[in-house]
This record gives sequence, C-alpha cells and structure tokens, in this order.
Amino acid sequence: MTEKNWPLYEVFIRSKSGLSHRHAGSIHATDDQMALDNARDTYTRRNEGVSIWVVRSSQIVASDPAEFAAFFEPAKDKIYRHPTFYDIPEDVGNM
Amino acid sequence: MTTHSDVEQARLTYALRLGDNALVLGQRLIELVAHHPELEEELANANISLDFIGQARLFYSCAGELEGRGRTEDDFAFLRDDGEFQNLLLLELPNGHFGDTIVRQVLFDSFYVLQLEALVSCTDAGIAEIAARAIKEVRYHLRHVSQWLIRLGDGTDESHARVSQSLLDLWRYTGEMFSGDLVDDCLRDACNGPDLARIQEQWHDNVSALLKEATLDMPEDGWMISGGRQGVHTEHMGFLIAQLQHEQRACPGASW
Repeated sequence: MTEKNWPLYEVFIRSKSGLSHRHAGSIHATDDQMALDNARDTYTRRNEGVSIWVVRSSQIVASDPAEFAAFFEPAKDKIYRHPTFYDIPEDVGNM
Repeated sequence: MTTHSDVEQARLTYALRLGDNALVLGQRLIELVAHHPELEEELANANISLDFIGQARLFYSCAGELEGRGRTEDDFAFLRDDGEFQNLLLLELPNGHFGDTIVRQVLFDSFYVLQLEALVSCTDAGIAEIAARAIKEVRYHLRHVSQWLIRLGDGTDESHARVSQSLLDLWRYTGEMFSGDLVDDCLRDACNGPDLARIQEQWHDNVSALLKEATLDMPEDGWMISGGRQGVHTEHMGFLIAQLQHEQRACPGASW
C-alpha cells in the first residue's frame, strides 16, 4: 500500500442550462472516471448541477501570484479601455 | 387457487422484503461512515447508504398502507425482531474489507437494478412508483461499485487476489436472489411482477461481462445458502438489529 496521495482534480459545475460551468472546488481521484463520480458525490448532493467538468489540476496553466503586479496592475489605470466614453446612438436602444 | 386476499398478502410481503433489503444494506453501509480512507469515497458511501435508507422508508410506508393497521415505517424498522425481517442473507453479512463490501454491492445491485426495472411495470401502483424513483439511484450505485470492482480486479496482484477471494466467499449467497417462493409467483402472475428466471439469466450475463472486464473468474455455481426471506438469518443479523434498534428499545417512542 503506497502512501502517495491520489491526483488532484478541479471541479466545474454548471448549475443550470444556459449558464457556464463555474469552479466549485477540487477532489482527489485515481482516474478521470472516478474524478467525475467523486465530483458528483461531493458537489452535487443538494441538486447543485446539471453538468460537471473535471480536469487534472496539474493540467491547468495558472498565472503566478508573484507576477501580479506585472500581469494585472497596468490594466488598473486604463479607464479608456472601458466603453464608457462613447455616446450610444439613440437607434441602438438599450444595450 | 389465488384469492384476492392472497394477492393482498403477497403485495404486503413483497413491499416489506424490498424495505428489509434496503434497510439492512443501508445499515451495513452506514457502519462504514467515518471509516473510509479517502474523503471522496466516504461521501460516496454515505450518499449510497442514505439512498438505501430512503428507499426502505418508502417501501415500509407503502407496506403500512397495504397492511392497513396503522403501522408506520418506524414500526417496521425499529419494532420488529430479527426473525421478522425477510432480507437476503447476502446483505446482512459484515462489511469485511473494502473488496468484500464492493463485491457484495456489485452482486446485489446487479440483481436489484433488474428487479426494479421489472417492478416499474408492475400493476401495484405504490411499488411501481417507488421502483421508478429508486432505479435512478441504484443505476448510479451499480456504476460506482462496478468501476471499483474493475479497478481492484484489474489492479495489483494483491487487490486481484483479495477480490477474487471475496467473490468466492460471497457467491454462495447469490442463489437466494433467484429462489422465488409463493410471494414472488403471486406478484409475477397477479401483478405483472418480476420473472426471477429471466432476471437470473440477465444477471448472469451482466455479471459475467463485468467480471471479464475486471479480469476475474466467475465462480462455479455450487451449494447456495438461503433462509433470509423466511426469517432464518445468519448469526450476524441479531447484532445488526440490536445496533439499529437500540435507541427505540431503550427509550420507546423517542424522537428528535
């Protein structure tokens, strides 16, 4: 019996048709099928979902928190990137 | 000749047996709560055991209505002695190791799925309705434990050897699932109930395909032990019932 932990999977749940899958949490499993079952048993016990995605956590490419400044801060003062400086023609109606 | 009251009695007994199977297996699985090595399997097991308890409640309520003497689900679960329970012996056996628990569940669920499928079209509306609801749960249980059996059978040398032994140990309890008595005959003939001979054939095919995938040998059919459906139980049953009923026996009528 090995003491090694089972691989970690990230779980994404679609709560109802039309919405997108959202990250719900993570679970351990030895293979993809078990990951799906475990996600079902852990995160949809109270009727939370209609669809589940699981993906190996190791397969996710994530941004590095240490690079937060370089990655995200330059966007903070570029308010002109928000489409709030345009007059919307009346013909367009409500957007 | 089958009279009206024979049919009524058969429906009642049938509903009780379904409830007893579900309660006893549910109770066995609940014993494992907080004992699983993995949190995820812990939750899966708790879900499955509670599904069985939920089914037992429905079948007992249905039995109470058929009986018409005011007995409730609690009366059937907590105030009958072990000799009055008519569950399959397979289900009252101790959990053993993880492989034993999985094999027991595979053998029973493979049967139970077919039994429920047949019961959906039975003319007893109460039983048919519960079967239609339960079958969705049990199909998932079967899928879950089948995958475990494949992993264990087609896993390491040790896991393969241990589930092979579980299969040999439990095989002698499988015959009881198909050994019908007057109650089964009556439900089949008068209420379009399950045909056990046909279920046995399908069960054999399904289990044999699964075992093949799990690289396990199908045991030979030998001497089969039975008695649970007549209230003659293994020595394990008394302890199971004692634990199940302790609260109600010690403090009659206690509720929370």
